[in-house]
Amino acid sequence: MSLKQYKEVIFKPLIDENPITLQILGICSALAVTNNLSVTLVMCVALTSVVAFSNLFISIIRNYIPSSIRIIVQMTIIASLVIVVDELLKAYDYETSKKLSVFVGLIITNCIVMGRAEAFAMKEKPLLSFFDGLGNGLGYSLILIGVAIIRELFGSGSLMGYEIFTLVSNGGWYLPNNLLLLPPSSFIIIGLFIWAIRTIRPIQIEEDDFAVSKHSTAPDLTKRELNV
Amino acid sequence: MKESVLRTLLVAFTICLVCSLVVSYTAVGLRDLQNENKLNDERKKILQSANMFNPSLSIESQFEQLEMKYVDFSSGKVLDTYKDFAIETYNQISTTRNPLLSTKIPASEDIAIIKNRENVGKFYISRDKNGELDKIILPIRGYGLWGTLFGYISIENDFNTVAGLEFYSHKETPGLGAEVDNPKWKALWPGKKIYKDDVVRLSVLKGQVPSDANDIMYKVDGLSGATLTSRGVTNMITYWFGDSGYSKLLSELNYES
Repeated sequence: MSLKQYKEVIFKPLIDENPITLQILGICSALAVTNNLSVTLVMCVALTSVVAFSNLFISIIRNYIPSSIRIIVQMTIIASLVIVVDELLKAYDYETSKKLSVFVGLIITNCIVMGRAEAFAMKEKPLLSFFDGLGNGLGYSLILIGVAIIRELFGSGSLMGYEIFTLVSNGGWYLPNNLLLLPPSSFIIIGLFIWAIRTIRPIQIEEDDFAVSKHSTAPDLTKRELNV
Repeated sequence: MKESVLRTLLVAFTICLVCSLVVSYTAVGLRDLQNENKLNDERKKILQSANMFNPSLSIESQFEQLEMKYVDFSSGKVLDTYKDFAIETYNQISTTRNPLLSTKIPASEDIAIIKNRENVGKFYISRDKNGELDKIILPIRGYGLWGTLFGYISIENDFNTVAGLEFYSHKETPGLGAEVDNPKWKALWPGKKIYKDDVVRLSVLKGQVPSDANDIMYKVDGLSGATLTSRGVTNMITYWFGDSGYSKLLSELNYES
């Protein structure tokens, strides 16, 4: 339980073990809620607090959870936290909660939350698990915020709703790229992020599942046929 | 010991109990704030449906400029008072649960699947600077695909032209039926006419309105992928502007002006 351990669980998920770009988890909400930076920020806070606290609570009771029902126990805790977050949003930030609609509820099925609970919180001490959740939530947030900045800036010429580029429709010069307002654009942006990170950190490059064999040419075939 | 059946049941029970306590405590504790947000959102939609909403001013101050009136559905008369209800808090939707204050709609007439219609409704009037009636804002509701859509439609002072349409509550599929909230689709409504020769003609089509259609002012493009929601909106318009809806009120107001 050294300080180094805490540093590691918080900072590693930012780049080195980022849940989105390395583990490719939690992509669904990254596609859905990133066309507007302010909505994205709320989503990031919601997810980070759910991962951190679900890790904390699951870790506290980890020695009491019978392994036969551990998944459902984790789900119950995660689902309760998500409902609490959803209720809080409805009470204190109604506009954003309407925009996020089902995606707050869908944090329950976000693979990052479940993944950290099962892989980390079931084994480690509460405080360390809490910081691990925090780190992973921040790693998720980092990518989402990056995607949202690109999408909102180039898709609607604004950030947090404030106009940065004056749009042609408002008499300015910027013609927005409508593709960026649609969810598939996040795929492209996240793909570019993964490419960038793996160029800087080649250790993240995965081995091919299947080696591509050298192309066989016609003479080879005939030779084989001749052998037969 | 950790894996015994009794232990498993005990842990499951305790977790459920603790979690449900936490969830219900939050839900009950925040209910007032949430209801206030909902009310403000509904007021915003009322203002938006009449194209009057200005985001830089407070919702309350803008809402106060609207005039609230009762309408008696059986006669179409506008009332200033109704029993001992205060008009600010009168909720016509909750009165539909009271058989004394509402009427059961016969199944054959209930095209919008409302079941019970209040005997007296509440609507809003917006006046221009000279105090002349400018627009009226009428609540409408009806069944879509997954549940009832609740909204407001505003009518110009010719009592036939739509000025705007907004839904404040619905359960339609995000991306399909929930596109009733899409500003582009809502922008198709202003300027459409409701009645032709005293019959409700306004409807949402399946697909796009052909640009050469001769009754283009009575047709609105359908929501793609949401035929049942579109049909629900048509049914809602047909019901609420029909004889058991606002048609008597509209002819009454038309007669007065």
